[in-house]
Amino acid sequence: MSLAEAAAPLESDLLLQHQVTQFLYAYARCLDEDRLEDWPTFFDDACFYGILPRENAVKGLPLCVLSARTQGMLKDRVKSLREANIYNLHYPRHVVSNVEILACRSDSLDVVSNVTVYQTDMEGRTTLFCVGQYNDRLNRKDGGALKIGSRTVTIDTYNIPNLLAIPI
Amino acid sequence: MNAIADIDWPSSDFTRVPYRVFVDPEIYKLEQERIFRGPIWAYLGLEAEVPNPGDYKTTFVGDTPMVLQRTMDGELAAFENRCAHRGAIVRREPFGNDTEHRCVYHQWCYDLKGALTGVPFRRGVQGKGGYPKDFDLSKHPMRPMRVATYNGVIFGTFSDATPPLKTFLGTSICAYLDRLFHKPVKVLGYLRQDIKSNWKLYTENVKDPYHAGLLHLFHATFGLYRSTQKGAVLMSESKFNSVLYNIGGNYDKDLAEENYKNQKKYVPTDYDLYDPQLLASRPDFPDGIANMIMCIAPTVVVQQIMNTMATRNIRPKGPGQFELFWTYFGFADDDEELTQIRLTQANLIGPSGYISMEDSEATEMVQDNAVVRSTGDTVIEMGGRGEIHDLDYLISEMPIRGFWSHYAKLMAEPPALQEAAE
Ligand code: FES
Ligand SMILES: [Fe+2]
Repeated sequence: MSLAEAAAPLESDLLLQHQVTQFLYAYARCLDEDRLEDWPTFFDDACFYGILPRENAVKGLPLCVLSARTQGMLKDRVKSLREANIYNLHYPRHVVSNVEILACRSDSLDVVSNVTVYQTDMEGRTTLFCVGQYNDRLNRKDGGALKIGSRTVTIDTYNIPNLLAIPI
Repeated sequence: MNAIADIDWPSSDFTRVPYRVFVDPEIYKLEQERIFRGPIWAYLGLEAEVPNPGDYKTTFVGDTPMVLQRTMDGELAAFENRCAHRGAIVRREPFGNDTEHRCVYHQWCYDLKGALTGVPFRRGVQGKGGYPKDFDLSKHPMRPMRVATYNGVIFGTFSDATPPLKTFLGTSICAYLDRLFHKPVKVLGYLRQDIKSNWKLYTENVKDPYHAGLLHLFHATFGLYRSTQKGAVLMSESKFNSVLYNIGGNYDKDLAEENYKNQKKYVPTDYDLYDPQLLASRPDFPDGIANMIMCIAPTVVVQQIMNTMATRNIRPKGPGQFELFWTYFGFADDDEELTQIRLTQANLIGPSGYISMEDSEATEMVQDNAVVRSTGDTVIEMGGRGEIHDLDYLISEMPIRGFWSHYAKLMAEPPALQEAAE
């Protein structure tokens, strides 16, 4: 096998890894820049989003802190945050790392990554809000774009400081 | 008597509450002794959480760590999670199943009722050391609690002076516990909130129907406002415990507009969810009650909001902090669709709840100010002054005054007997 032949799969792996990482970063930046209205567009029409306390995951219990089974439910969450809910004024900061592609199929990918969320209050004080793990099924759409088919955020910080308003 | 913690109540009908009660560490300490370890029944859990012999759950009563245990003969027991030797936490896991409890520090061993059954090197090693001849294992249990259940809800008390459980709960509370726990339940999961405010600010919040339609604007925003509908406030004979409920009904847009006309935030719209599945409901009860918030002071709130059912265990962690521990459940015979409805509607409650996330934010805002200036009093007059009684309407703060009236009584009691005997 020539060097070029050996490099070909590696190159496509790197490209895929790059594409996935860029996608996850864009999602995080969307939340950090308070573009909540764009957040549902990262998901497929049929989708699942859930923030699952790790203690429930360990016990095999299904209850999420927050969940949505359709893109419409994600939109309702955004509308409620914008117009109805009262919560702690803050800037969120999502840090995504340890991105691993666990399975690669022609139409979907299984990806895990770590997430850390900091909150900064209106006086500029920052606290650690949450650490957790994204468990994603990413759908590969025509033209190569990625959409979230399913995202479960398993949170280690299941003793939630005050409340959880902005999605993770 | 502890003069430092004596509370000066500005009014005999509890229309005023000194801010000091939310921040003073002496008052906090006295509450642990006179209320949480005093003549009250504290929530420990649900029988469904410890169904099998050997099952245990660790929990708290006030800030005291506890073990709730199902013994080998199927009985329930509860004891302080504290080694009688030199005080280590004995059970560190949130849940488990075992035939004994063994302290990791020096391996003192206890049975499932918390009685000491063995200590290592009791006779010493090769004739040297060991415990004195008259050392009596039976004198060193983990501190036990009396346990009683009501329809599968488990309570415990440290005091011998506590009235029978049904008397403590009160007639109205028993009636609504009968309604909710009319068949076996199953746990669907847990939620926890770490709230930086005094536990009593939350107790006030769940006895405060005044705020419901004003702080929580989810229903109004999505055209589901129903605060004009029928409801009631019921209290235990002691006034310590309460039930608030309202009957679901059709949305009355005209009435909502009228009631909210001076409120900037409320813009009446038509029923307006992108995905109405969130509120798709299969009523569990024939009485039409959409919303039922019960407070069994000082340790637990029991709620039913549409198809959501949960207990909320209040676990104080100091004057300015408590954990709110939610146990979310359905009925054991729920089908798959009903379970799915409950899991979807869970979005209404908990730390991200559409109609509950505001509560901890509100109590933290009050706490922040009480810390800065703890002089002066709150004002609790909605619904009137004077006598505290049940109501057939909701816009009122009367159950809050009911809570304080019994709180004041408990705090004025001298230490309970078993405390003095130790
Ligand atoms: S502290 Fe438990 S055995 Fe010593
Ligand atoms: Fe509330």
